[in-house]
Amino acid sequence: MWRYTAKRLLQGVITVWFIATVTFFAMHSVPGDPLSEARGVTPEIRANLEARYGLDRPLMAQYGLFLGNMLRGDFGISFTQQNRQVNDIIREHFPVSATLGILAIVFAAAGGILWGALTALYRNRLPDVVIMFLVILGISVPSFVFAGLGQLALVNLNMLAGRTILPVAGWGTVAHMLVPALVLGLSTMAYLTRLMRSSMLEVISADYIRTARAKGVPPGRIFTRHQLRNAVLPVVTVLGPAIAAITTGGFVVELVFAIPGLGRYFVQAVQQLDYTVIMGTTVFYGAFLVFMVILVDLLYGWIDPRVRLQ
Amino acid sequence: MPENNVRSTDSRLNSAARRQLAVYAVTVVAALVVLMYVLSWAASLTSSGVVTGSAVDTENNEITVYLRSEPPQMNTMMSADSVSGTIIGHVMEGLLRYDENRELAPGLAERWSRDGDTMTFHLRDEARWSNGDPITAHDFAFAWKTAVDPDTASRYAFILYAIENAEAINNGERPVDDMGVEALDDRTLQVTLEQPIAYFDRLVAFQTFYPVQQAFFEQTGGRYAADADEMLYSGPYRITSWVHGASMRLERNPHYWDQDRAAIEAINVGYMTSDSNTLLNLFRDEQIVMTNVGSQMLEQAMLEGWEIHRFMDGTVFYIDLNHRPGRATANLNLRKALHLAQDSSELVNRVIKSPGYLPGESLFPVWLEGVDGYFRDEYPAPTYVRDVERAREHLRLAMEEEGWQQPPRLVMLSGDSPVARMQAEYYQEVYRSVLDIEVVIDEQTFQQRLEKMNAGEFDLVLAGWGPDYNDPLTFADLYASWNQSNYGRFENDELDALVRVAQNSLDQRERMEAFAGIQRILHEEVAHIVNYERGLLYVTHPQVCGIIRRVFGAEADYSYARISEDGCSLEGQEQAAANRAAED
Amino acid sequence: MQGSADMPELSASDFTPLSGERETQRIVRPSRSYWQDAWIRLRANRRAIVSLYLVVGLLLFTFMGPVLWSVDPARQDVDRISLPPGADRQAEVVAPYQPWQGDEVAPGHGVGEEGLGLAMPANTQTVRLLWEPMPGASGYRLYRNVFPPEQAGSPGLPVAEVTREGQLHYEDRMDLQPRQYHYTLVGLDGNGEPVGSTDTLTVTAQRVITVEEVRARELHDAPDSLSPGDAVRMSWHPLGTDYLGRDMLARLMSGAQVSLFIGILAPVLFVVFGVVYGAVSGFVGGRLDHLLMRVADFVIALPFLLFMILFQVVFGIGPGESGIMPMLAALVLLSWPATARLVRGQILQIREEAYVSAARLMGASRRYLIARHMIPNTLGVILVTLTFAVPTAIFTEAFLSFIGMGVAPPTASWGSMSNEGLKSMLTHPHELILPSVMISITVLAFNLLGDGLRDALDARMRNSE
Repeated sequence: MWRYTAKRLLQGVITVWFIATVTFFAMHSVPGDPLSEARGVTPEIRANLEARYGLDRPLMAQYGLFLGNMLRGDFGISFTQQNRQVNDIIREHFPVSATLGILAIVFAAAGGILWGALTALYRNRLPDVVIMFLVILGISVPSFVFAGLGQLALVNLNMLAGRTILPVAGWGTVAHMLVPALVLGLSTMAYLTRLMRSSMLEVISADYIRTARAKGVPPGRIFTRHQLRNAVLPVVTVLGPAIAAITTGGFVVELVFAIPGLGRYFVQAVQQLDYTVIMGTTVFYGAFLVFMVILVDLLYGWIDPRVRLQ
Repeated sequence: MPENNVRSTDSRLNSAARRQLAVYAVTVVAALVVLMYVLSWAASLTSSGVVTGSAVDTENNEITVYLRSEPPQMNTMMSADSVSGTIIGHVMEGLLRYDENRELAPGLAERWSRDGDTMTFHLRDEARWSNGDPITAHDFAFAWKTAVDPDTASRYAFILYAIENAEAINNGERPVDDMGVEALDDRTLQVTLEQPIAYFDRLVAFQTFYPVQQAFFEQTGGRYAADADEMLYSGPYRITSWVHGASMRLERNPHYWDQDRAAIEAINVGYMTSDSNTLLNLFRDEQIVMTNVGSQMLEQAMLEGWEIHRFMDGTVFYIDLNHRPGRATANLNLRKALHLAQDSSELVNRVIKSPGYLPGESLFPVWLEGVDGYFRDEYPAPTYVRDVERAREHLRLAMEEEGWQQPPRLVMLSGDSPVARMQAEYYQEVYRSVLDIEVVIDEQTFQQRLEKMNAGEFDLVLAGWGPDYNDPLTFADLYASWNQSNYGRFENDELDALVRVAQNSLDQRERMEAFAGIQRILHEEVAHIVNYERGLLYVTHPQVCGIIRRVFGAEADYSYARISEDGCSLEGQEQAAANRAAED
Repeated sequence: MQGSADMPELSASDFTPLSGERETQRIVRPSRSYWQDAWIRLRANRRAIVSLYLVVGLLLFTFMGPVLWSVDPARQDVDRISLPPGADRQAEVVAPYQPWQGDEVAPGHGVGEEGLGLAMPANTQTVRLLWEPMPGASGYRLYRNVFPPEQAGSPGLPVAEVTREGQLHYEDRMDLQPRQYHYTLVGLDGNGEPVGSTDTLTVTAQRVITVEEVRARELHDAPDSLSPGDAVRMSWHPLGTDYLGRDMLARLMSGAQVSLFIGILAPVLFVVFGVVYGAVSGFVGGRLDHLLMRVADFVIALPFLLFMILFQVVFGIGPGESGIMPMLAALVLLSWPATARLVRGQILQIREEAYVSAARLMGASRRYLIARHMIPNTLGVILVTLTFAVPTAIFTEAFLSFIGMGVAPPTASWGSMSNEGLKSMLTHPHELILPSVMISITVLAFNLLGDGLRDALDARMRNSE
């Protein structure tokens, strides 16, 4: 177990280095550089700027410098937000994205498991039909449409009520998080509901349920111990990729709801070719995801005794 | 086992399961609520957000506004963008400022005088920093010298080149102390100019000329203006809280010299976003006092009965043509054909559809001042009428001259903003249908577009130019052969000579004649095709009066605004006017 | 007894051995191949069949549609921008536009008692307004509203500010539609403040067209025979037009070509690559397998959307290019490892199956093994993966277009159309709804089809529905 963990961690570190290298050279192969502005500057002013950001050195020297700094956990200073360290940007904005992501994933997981179990129990009856219709909507409508409509719904709700029930955009309180997290988690929730429904249906008629019933296990306990627990297993396996999709896929929701998350900064940084911010966010997200996947794998081994980690 | 027996146990099992599920559902909801509170508490550890109320708080005399993005650079010596400029315009002030009528007015300097190439500014006795320290002439000298120091690497250092030795210092050829600016005493600042120029007083209202206190600057250890408490303020407001990317709070600066300004106690920047749908929704929900409205939202704005205002932001947009040898657009007849085939009023009236925009006629926008009145009234732009027949004739001539068998294929470089995209698609169709010229669109993000503009990899490029100071020269030298922003590399000796005249002359009439000459040359040589002068439509909260939109300084200026319970809509103003008339 | 008489006659041929072809056991049901079986199971799944029809319908819409509806999707009609579906088409022919300086006034028109009047009937080409001077006013501001101002609560859009001395007229040409407009004129004093008097006027603009435009748009067989006052029918846009007056139906079709091209071709490419990669890895095994799988692990670790965005910029879109190729490349580059892993796993698993060992023991050649066992048994999984990859690719395209990093104009895709439509969601909802509904239908169809295929092809994964 420990050996396995150590091996996975080492692989993770190499993967992060790989991500950093790919990003670095991909980024520098893009024509143009972050120092260009609409107003042309004299060659002398430009030289001053290049010297300030170290862009006057050869590319390999910049790469070496970057790797050295990365090891020390220093990603340098942003090109576009000229007074801010990339580390500060990540430190201040990642918690926002993470909060949103955690909420969304919890919404998705809790909702998906509950709805999925519900539809399986009410198979082919009204609750099943209604929920599965909503699930189909949730799977097939693009997230930016949901985000736009969600915000519109909030405005109309507030106008109807004559006061602000839930804020339309922004960040800071619980009320600000609710709708964005729901919108972000919606498609995952729909997906998990489907998954949960089919795995629950499989479990409901399994032999061990019959055995348990014959043994006289109380029905509530059968549901919790045997049905729900076994049906949840496939859902847990897809949680890892789902977490990845949600934490990096928050761009749209962050853009629409004016949430100061890291995703929004990444999109801006790419568009403005802000080298240091691109490097910082990609490496950070890459590392985050790699170690998240390792964590989920370890967790899965712990939940499902059939899986032997080696 | 008999069939019915199975069914009954099954249903017993199912109903028990449902009961159990309901219990779980309740537990999960409760857990979610707890989780959300925990998360919001955890989030508040990293950022103490400004919790914003509604757009107008009459009780505390506060308003809530938005910014298009996080201010990228609040250091006045280096700042070059309009978002930072909006905040800087509220919290900083220089020697001169623009007042509520958009006129140049004394700021921290109460008077100034010119003697040949020397200008002397006399500071007010009551000029104070936000910490109570007096603002001295040394603070100005320090800021200006730091801005041209090559180590600072300020993009806007060039704006100080009018001062003696500034350019040489910035190029690293002379020491910083050689700069022609000197604090004669705490209250007197003397500036020696490279040569006498007519518009230096207008220049010093620009933010690069704002003061910075040396002691404070050095104490921040390179983090000057990075946070609310790492800046000293000389303007009517000061920043008391700044959550990056999310919010900001400006409160009245108690040490500001003009206590009649800043009627509103605090301005909360509640949102940092440029998403127009979000901003409109925030305005509908009465969370912000002002927002721009795009043409697609006008009907909604009318339906809501909002007060719609218009404002020219001073920027002129045009298609720059590539004049580099070897390019198809180096041919004058082709340029004339391209010019005559299009109609900027159709673009504005039919495609952009926003009444704030003016069809473009000249590089010099309508609001520029001339000798006595407006420049464009005194020297009207050359008249232009779309003429498809003549356009085709010029194209034929161009094809003859160049030996083309068919009309050339042209590359139109464009930005990725929605208006740019719309405009590019529109021109593509116009040139296809009128001249049978195939225009291929090359849409690029900002940095890549600049790279291609610099390298000359385009035939046509959608570009725009905004003014730095209130003098036609800010537009006129754009096509000078030495200008780095002359991306099409247009070269014309007569134009260069006229730019020199405008730069060096102290006689306003002579300068305006020179600008008129430049206007004529640009038209005759078809250096570019002017599209429009950008205008914006915006809506304001009915209870907030006196919001000023500016070309120079803060794009949206709330420092002269006030909250009025009765409202300051048109009806309100009419009522007030009727009352005034009755009193007379 | 007659028994002996019943004894059959035996002939010599009765003693020859029976041929081996005789059925020894009679199988009641006809033997069905794996694919026949899968097809029958798929047909039994009603939802899958409906979605199959949907997919066929989408393909017909995309490829046959442009033949039936041969409107050029790039053709702009700037006079009819953002037209809702099914609007009226009548227009009156007028003379070409001539600039107006406030001098000519048509008979029966001019400033009436209201103080604000028209110089000629209002139409979609121009609305020419005249007014009486207001006492104390040195300038005027003209507002326009599509709702009655007293009802809406504000005078509406400030279309113009007239400050030139003595000018008492204005020509409004901005975005005129055939509808009612309410004009409000406010007198301003020298400081730009209202002097306290206003005039109002309500006009109804009529849709007009010039002969030149009729000719250019081929709306009439003999445009030269038309004279002002004649009626012309404008072109028909069953689903309305977009922000540049382009036909929505034609745009949806050409958008479908882009979206489905990316949505189908990208999965096909990366699945094919992944299959080859995974099969080689699984089949060869050993060191090579290890190496190949490490590479796949690296690629799978790249944050997908981050790198999609990054690669979009890195590959770049040249002048005149649609931007489809960079997106295709980025999608393939980032998506193949999942399939490769899956196929490798399948191959490894099948290799150990008893029936494969049996076949090998009986001397089956490698080729036979691949052809009879490996391919049929993995094909099902591959097909299911492919079907589920389509919605993901379509969503990715839409998402990139939404943040403005998708296909380049004038190429349309459903994603870029939704992005444009989102901006005018409140006033012209059809520009958002139509492309997003197309995305939804496609995604839904492929998802349901994938479900059906999975149930039909993979007996183990079949759920109990």
